[in-house]
Amino acid sequence: MAVLDIRQRTGWLFAAIVLGHIILISAQVNSRRGVPILEEVTFGSFAEVQRVVTGIVGNVREGWQNYFALQEIRRENADLKQRNAQLDVWIQEERARAEESRTLRQMLGLRDHTEVALVAANVIGASADAYFRTISIDKGKDDGIRQDMAVISPAGVVGRVIMPTARASKVQLLIDRNAAAAALVERSRAQGVVVGEGTATVSMDYLPGSADVKAGDRVVTSGIDRIYPKGFVIGQIESLQRGAGEYSGVVIKPAVDFTSLEAVFVVTTPPPPDVPGSSTGATAPRVQSKDAQ
Amino acid sequence: MKIAGAFVAIALALAIQTTLTRFAVVGTSTVDLVLVAVIGVALTTGPVGGMVSGTVAGLIQDALSSGVVGIGGLAKTLVGFLVGAIGQQFIVTAALPRLVMFVAATAVHAAVFIGLYVALGLRVFESPWTAVAYQALGNALVGLISFAVVESLPGVIERRRGGGRRRR
Repeated sequence: MAVLDIRQRTGWLFAAIVLGHIILISAQVNSRRGVPILEEVTFGSFAEVQRVVTGIVGNVREGWQNYFALQEIRRENADLKQRNAQLDVWIQEERARAEESRTLRQMLGLRDHTEVALVAANVIGASADAYFRTISIDKGKDDGIRQDMAVISPAGVVGRVIMPTARASKVQLLIDRNAAAAALVERSRAQGVVVGEGTATVSMDYLPGSADVKAGDRVVTSGIDRIYPKGFVIGQIESLQRGAGEYSGVVIKPAVDFTSLEAVFVVTTPPPPDVPGSSTGATAPRVQSKDAQ
Repeated sequence: MKIAGAFVAIALALAIQTTLTRFAVVGTSTVDLVLVAVIGVALTTGPVGGMVSGTVAGLIQDALSSGVVGIGGLAKTLVGFLVGAIGQQFIVTAALPRLVMFVAATAVHAAVFIGLYVALGLRVFESPWTAVAYQALGNALVGLISFAVVESLPGVIERRRGGGRRRR
């Protein structure tokens, strides 16, 4: 009977639902302090569903592969892949360190290197919406993950944590329209801001027109946004146009293939205070959790 | 039965969308399976079913994205209600009317979704028309195939049962 009553009052129900949505939207747009409870609770609960679905899919896939493949070789391969991933991160860091030491050799003696602690995590889901570029990972506050921590992969920068819950976190990818990162061109040290466009590429804004920049240059994080550690690869410049004041249309192809992300690393160490002339950003990664493959 | 079917369709669409979307980074041209499910539920159950499924699916989708919770929900609620109401008034069982319905519903959804973000000054969408057009076509294609599969299932089962009896 109750269902029949609702059907007879479709118009009222529709108005009530629309009003509810408007109130919900207004509450979020007016106050931007912290994360809305509804969003966190819904994300937290659905992250568990994603974890289970991903687990089931992973188990089925693993079982299927194990049936055909030699188990010992697979295990060895997985270990080697993990070691390779860690080494890739090391290589990236060493490359940044070498580049820094070339230009800031005099200053190297004045400071100590800091260690970057990493937490390995598996990707358990993606944004359910085509307009946003986010992923869900299986590590949360219980593993030391906090909001605004950088997320990287062996290939380069992935994004940042925007909502950690107890056992999972939502990560905004660098290609999301709302994402941005302070960056510099590795060869000429020209600084700018890399912003996501919601597509497969990102762009670089505020790049001075006088800077020596060309297509093919590698773009890395500058570290001044206090989110992404310095020296991590963002991507390579595909095309650009020199403007009067600054470059325009600087298109960067990200180093990370966002379509095949399975495991990532969360940087749990906050970047060092930005002291002019003292930061080389030469950091050595230290993986805390090794259960991601 | 219809409610259970609607629930399963929305849950399945959300699960597939969240599991598989990360393998496709092609702007907004990705097929919105959740919207397809909402339209399908609205066409089969009417405005109340469409509206409720749109609200639930939209809010979950919003919560899983990094945007404002409620904008996607509102867009899908409107689409669910409108499609359900039109489906009750007109016969939308042939392929062409359904194709038109999927394309129009995707356009309305995109207009409300993008319009709200732009009106509230939260986001800039630079010429999204091509992406929306591709999404509309993708949604229509997936929707028509899904409808064909779901509607052919009872017949297939019946034929199999009949064949089994005849063999016996």
